[in-house]
Amino acid sequence: MNGLFLLRRYFVTSMRAQLQYPASSLMLAFSALLTNAIELAGIWALFNRFGEVQGWRFGDICLFFGMVSISFSIADFMSRGFDVFGNEFVRTGDFDRVLLRPRTTTLQLVGYDFRLRVIGRLIQGLLVLAVATRALDLHWGVGEVALALWTIAGGVALFFGLMVLQATLAFWTVESLEVVNVVTYGGVQAAQYPLGFYTSWFRNFLIFVVPIACIAYFPVLAILHKADPLGAPEWFLPLAPAVGFAFLATSFVAWRFGVRKYTSTGT
Amino acid sequence: MARPKLDLMNILRPYLAAFAARVKTMLQYRAAAVAGFTTQCWWGGLKVMVYTAFYRHSVHAHAPMTLAQVITYTWLGQALLALQPWGGDPEVAAAVRTGAVSYDRLRPVDTYTWWFIRAAAWMSARALPRAALMFAAAAVLLPLAGLDAWSWRAPADATQAGLFVLSLALMILLGAAFTMLINLCITATLTDRGINTLAPAFVILLSGNLIPLGLFPDWIQPALIAQPFAGMLDIPTRIYLGTLSGEAAWAGLALQVFWTLTFVMLGRKGIAGVMSRLEVQGG
Amino acid sequence: MSQIVVEGLAKTYRIAERQPGLLSLLRRRWREVEALKDVSFSLQRGELLGFIGPNGAGKSTTIKILSGILRPTAGRVVIEGRVPFDNRIAHVARIGAVFGQRSQLWWDLPVIDGFDLLRDIYRVEPTVYRQTRDELVAMLRLERVLDQPVRQLSLGQRMRAEIAAALLHAPPILFLDEPTIGLDAPSKLAVREFVKKLNRERDVTVLLTTHDMHDIEALAQRVIVIGHGRVLADQSFDALRADVLADRRLLVDFADDAPVIAIEGAQLLRHEGRSVEFSFDPRVIGAPALIARIAADHAVEDIRVEQPAIEEVIARFYHLHGATEA
Repeated sequence: MNGLFLLRRYFVTSMRAQLQYPASSLMLAFSALLTNAIELAGIWALFNRFGEVQGWRFGDICLFFGMVSISFSIADFMSRGFDVFGNEFVRTGDFDRVLLRPRTTTLQLVGYDFRLRVIGRLIQGLLVLAVATRALDLHWGVGEVALALWTIAGGVALFFGLMVLQATLAFWTVESLEVVNVVTYGGVQAAQYPLGFYTSWFRNFLIFVVPIACIAYFPVLAILHKADPLGAPEWFLPLAPAVGFAFLATSFVAWRFGVRKYTSTGT
Repeated sequence: MARPKLDLMNILRPYLAAFAARVKTMLQYRAAAVAGFTTQCWWGGLKVMVYTAFYRHSVHAHAPMTLAQVITYTWLGQALLALQPWGGDPEVAAAVRTGAVSYDRLRPVDTYTWWFIRAAAWMSARALPRAALMFAAAAVLLPLAGLDAWSWRAPADATQAGLFVLSLALMILLGAAFTMLINLCITATLTDRGINTLAPAFVILLSGNLIPLGLFPDWIQPALIAQPFAGMLDIPTRIYLGTLSGEAAWAGLALQVFWTLTFVMLGRKGIAGVMSRLEVQGG
Repeated sequence: MSQIVVEGLAKTYRIAERQPGLLSLLRRRWREVEALKDVSFSLQRGELLGFIGPNGAGKSTTIKILSGILRPTAGRVVIEGRVPFDNRIAHVARIGAVFGQRSQLWWDLPVIDGFDLLRDIYRVEPTVYRQTRDELVAMLRLERVLDQPVRQLSLGQRMRAEIAAALLHAPPILFLDEPTIGLDAPSKLAVREFVKKLNRERDVTVLLTTHDMHDIEALAQRVIVIGHGRVLADQSFDALRADVLADRRLLVDFADDAPVIAIEGAQLLRHEGRSVEFSFDPRVIGAPALIARIAADHAVEDIRVEQPAIEEVIARFYHLHGATEA
């Protein structure tokens, strides 16, 4: 519990620093909102011209898109420390100082920097969900809301896990690796569309390697009370977000291995 | 009579040295370049799959472009990404931040032209390796791997190819001219935060980078082709694909010229105003 | 029961000739560096130990291992009954560390905000914290510095703030790695005074590494010299000095041009105009006797007896043990 208290302190400190330049933070948040919302314009245009695709409508895509955006923005908010880990901690040797403090490395890195600008993507995600609700005439009952929250939680776990993996790599490469961004940002993109759009090997990638499908496609099907046209078993659909947590657990195993390597070989 | 040759080598030496140094610096960025390239391949591949789904499995599909054309459009867009004006020249932003802008004024060159050429050179230099890589991947490797349906196809014909080269050159000039307007904004507001966050959104949507302009609703097409950003990707690509041919192609080129000149004029006027204000403040 | 026990400490690094980025994973060339070979010593509570040695001797490595952020290749380290690197969180809660070149405070935060954040990180009880903080602020004269962001401080101010930051949780053990580097003279004196007071009045165990021999002279009761990854000496500073360079210097200013003098047991070092400098071994001829001999026959205006510069002693020591820079 004291850990949560410390996180709150980190959060307040971060906010105070950023709110010294409110215009700048607002601008960045707005731009995040704008760039992500523009995506939607493209999707809308495609559906407007082509109508339904494989039985999927504009509203369905919005639902996928909105959920993943929310998951990602929350994970992004918590993981800045891991994102810049290579450049800010390994290369400079500042990770030593993290080790010198009587707190877990994870807690300190989560508390490193809470960036306001992710609110842009969060709001965009919520707006897109609203669009989806209207377009599909969705009914948000207790079950649907619970499922949505569970899905978002799994999504946060998955994206956070990806950031932890990215940081773990930095123990070996010393720099922050941008390649992992391909999978995080690219994953958000890929999650917008139903798995049926993709070729089989990419589908398998999205289910078994970087299980984005488990925190977007499958659980959203459950929210929509639809069966999976590709044949995934019905019991799996609402349980899929658990895979996100499993992924996170694996990431932390790798992380501890990386920390061990750092303390054995020094900088 | 070996003397003339020696002189030539001596003249070339500094430029060769500068070129070599530049290549060395660029190699240092190879990690970032690899990441960028991978991102682009992912983006391109994703889009191709999505378009394929739309074209093949939709309820009704009447579009002014075929699937093959849309796919080539997508790859071309990725290849030419660095030629689009995503933000101000970072050197300008840095100069404004540190106040070194006034040094640019001390140079015996026209500030606008100087920055313009720098922008055009910088964009072209960044684009060349990426475009080559993208070409190798999408135009050569994909067909070799048996994924011809996903590949980047050749231009419609030789005439179109020639017009495309013209249009490409104009695209670079147009992009540089727009970059100059962004630089202007940065110099006037003394920060790159505002404009650098807004400009990309417009460019990505209105240049056709997000989806080909032709796929937007029919009723908005005239407005879309007339707006300045169309020349930053859509017009050259349409020429390449052959959907803009003959007179229409020349009209497209004319539009690019028109907007380039407009931006240049606005830019020059603006620079003069901003610079005189800077001098009053003591720069 | 010693507070700090180090036995047979060894550390070998495998250094890859590194290039940043993915390529480092593909192409690897390894180089083995034995930073520590066999280091053993123990510290009682309240001791102030000076840790010296040429560059690359293994001082930083030892400090890192003792702090718990580096694992040794072999050997045994027990601090307050704990193995540092196996009980990281419990161990680091009880130590303070100041690394001269690197700041632990938050760059953009006012000093006092950084202190408060550390209070929460170290879980210090608020009333205890306030008392400790106020004492440290007073002792290190930080009153005017508290509201300024760290980036605006001078080096001397930053160092003092660093030291305060390291002690806010009142640790019984303090590691100081080059604490006076780059400081101006008054700041150096302030830091030395503070550390001495801390050690004497609060019984804080201090382990100090430095290249500034005046720090050692001012502070260290005991000195360990590290060279080639081993302990070359472990004794009081005076004993070290006596062992290495017993020579004294005698500087004489004559009323007229300096005469040429030859005295047994004394070696002429310098003869310029009216001044003369001798080196002599007090075990062969005592200073009083030497002075008497010179003054008896010549008109002397001024006489000074000096010990050789500390740097000279240490350099001599390194040289004697072949422990010059690694």
